[in-house]
Amino acid sequence: MRRYLGRKLLIYVLTFFLAVTIDWLIPRFMPGDPVQTMLSRASLHAEAVEVMHGYYTRAFGLDVPVWRQYLNFWVAIFHGDLGTSVYLFPQPVIKIIMRAVPYDVFLLLPAILLSWFAGNWFGAFAARNKWLDNTLLPLGYILTATPYMWLGILLAWLFGVVLGIFPIAGAYSFSMRPHLSWAFIGSVVKHWFLPFASIFLVKFGGWAIGMRNMIIYELEADYSHYLEALGAPRGLIRKYAFRNAILPQITGLSLDLGVIVAGALVTEVVFSYPGIGYLILQAIQNQDYFLIQGCFLFIIIGVLLANFAIDIAYVIVDPRTRLGMVGESA
Amino acid sequence: MSLQVDNLTVYYQTLRGDVQALEGATFSIADGEIMGLAGESGCGKSTLANSLIRLVPPMRLVRGQVRLDGEVLPIDDARRMSDYRFSRVSVIPQYAMNALNPTRKVGKMMAELLGSKGVDFAATIPELKRRLDLVELSHDVLKMYPIELSGGMKQRVVMVLSTLLNPSLLIADEITSALDVSTQKAVAEMLVGFRDRGFVKSLIVITHDISILYQIADTILIMYAGQLAEKAPTDVIIRAPRHPYTKLLIASLPEVGVRYAERRLSGIPGRPPLLLDPPAGCRFRERCSVAFEKCLEAPPFVELEPGHFVACWKELGEDVDG
Repeated sequence: MRRYLGRKLLIYVLTFFLAVTIDWLIPRFMPGDPVQTMLSRASLHAEAVEVMHGYYTRAFGLDVPVWRQYLNFWVAIFHGDLGTSVYLFPQPVIKIIMRAVPYDVFLLLPAILLSWFAGNWFGAFAARNKWLDNTLLPLGYILTATPYMWLGILLAWLFGVVLGIFPIAGAYSFSMRPHLSWAFIGSVVKHWFLPFASIFLVKFGGWAIGMRNMIIYELEADYSHYLEALGAPRGLIRKYAFRNAILPQITGLSLDLGVIVAGALVTEVVFSYPGIGYLILQAIQNQDYFLIQGCFLFIIIGVLLANFAIDIAYVIVDPRTRLGMVGESA
Repeated sequence: MSLQVDNLTVYYQTLRGDVQALEGATFSIADGEIMGLAGESGCGKSTLANSLIRLVPPMRLVRGQVRLDGEVLPIDDARRMSDYRFSRVSVIPQYAMNALNPTRKVGKMMAELLGSKGVDFAATIPELKRRLDLVELSHDVLKMYPIELSGGMKQRVVMVLSTLLNPSLLIADEITSALDVSTQKAVAEMLVGFRDRGFVKSLIVITHDISILYQIADTILIMYAGQLAEKAPTDVIIRAPRHPYTKLLIASLPEVGVRYAERRLSGIPGRPPLLLDPPAGCRFRERCSVAFEKCLEAPPFVELEPGHFVACWKELGEDVDG
């Protein structure tokens, strides 16, 4: 067990190192100069630009050789310092990200978990009902094949523009400032609903289809037939099939949970929802090296943690992994 | 008679029509009898066995009746049939090695299965352990997951589980096919032991390996293309078969002590007919060297001598002039 986890941990550390290196490289491959972009917005005199350029380049640590920048980057990470944003200068990147993360969690955690439970339940239910299988599952295929943004735009158009029930932009009313009151909470929930619904529906379709197919596969497995031949009640056979069919769904869930901090880029863009996804778009448009790096770093850590969690969860729920581990270390 | 099968006819429904996999099977098995069921692939052995315990679509009962200990089995009613399964009719399936739920410990799965059938698992544990000893399995298997067991061990677990409620009829479907020769013999002897100890009243052993049947079966039933060809005590089938197909089948088996470099093994020329639209009459007609006009009618399965049934016009004394 310890050896298994040790080996896994080593792989995760290596992955982290490589991913962070790539994360550092990618913004620097982008054409253009972030400081130049920033100064061009200020419309200064030519001499002033020169002075300011030198100053900011030093301030962002872009004046030292590239290898030095890379080392400084690693040192800073371990000090919890992700640099200063160029686009939202002079706010520290970490602060900007921390401000955005709660919106992502608030939007995605319910969407992912609820769609998972509802989708699996519905899929398992549809698998044994011919009528549902023939009517609602095709709908599931359509839903899961729908791009998030397209469904988002449709919902925004229908409920926001045509019916006027829900607002279509922002996380709360533009006329409000965040404070603790029922009016504000109501506004937050109202703004949250459409982005939530667009993500929930697409994911729900995917989970339902996956579960339905897995259940049918498990019900046709030899152990199901054997139980049937021994006259086991349907309830027991279905319980076994459900438990075995849920295993791949758990993997899927964990991968989904891992990207919670990444936000839902397209959905957030459609609804101008101020999560990490929206932030990434802004950062890229403004060539903000440090904000891009910071956002991606959060995604890397989230995905790796989720994977690690699922490795451990699998050891608990699937005896085959547990025993495979013993075999490996033996 | 523990099992009586009357005119049992089972088809498979397909888009291209019915596959007539089992046609008018009529036979019986005595208490304590081990009946071997042999024939080539696709001859309807497994169809016959499945219809006795798990007749599910695309299989369709066309006609016929099955009685077990004098009681009619509701073979085409899955709901009512499940009361008979396991306790009265049981099976050791062809896929015994994959028959256990991979994510349940063997003992727990048995407890859940028995519990769901209203049997007190705790009370059966002493008997269960005695039977595990009998098949030379450690009691620890109950605390293990199926992947911790070898294929042979899993099969023995299934043998013990399937017979735990002392069924009247046990169907062993190709259980020796995936085993090496020495294990085959051990498994075959365990089956005989189960019968001798009264765990099962009578047994149907399906195989295409007649040498295994020669060791353990009391009688052998030979099938060809969905029809019964011949049923007789094992010795009679091996030494004095009367149906032309049985004769050719036995002749094509290797014999110990014969060097086949000197004498070629004979086969049976031709192929079995397609069962989607089988020829009327005796289905062996096309490959039979003694066939004549009468064979255009299906021959009845008649008891020529006590315990020896044959379905062949020639053996019934019909002649060319008829």
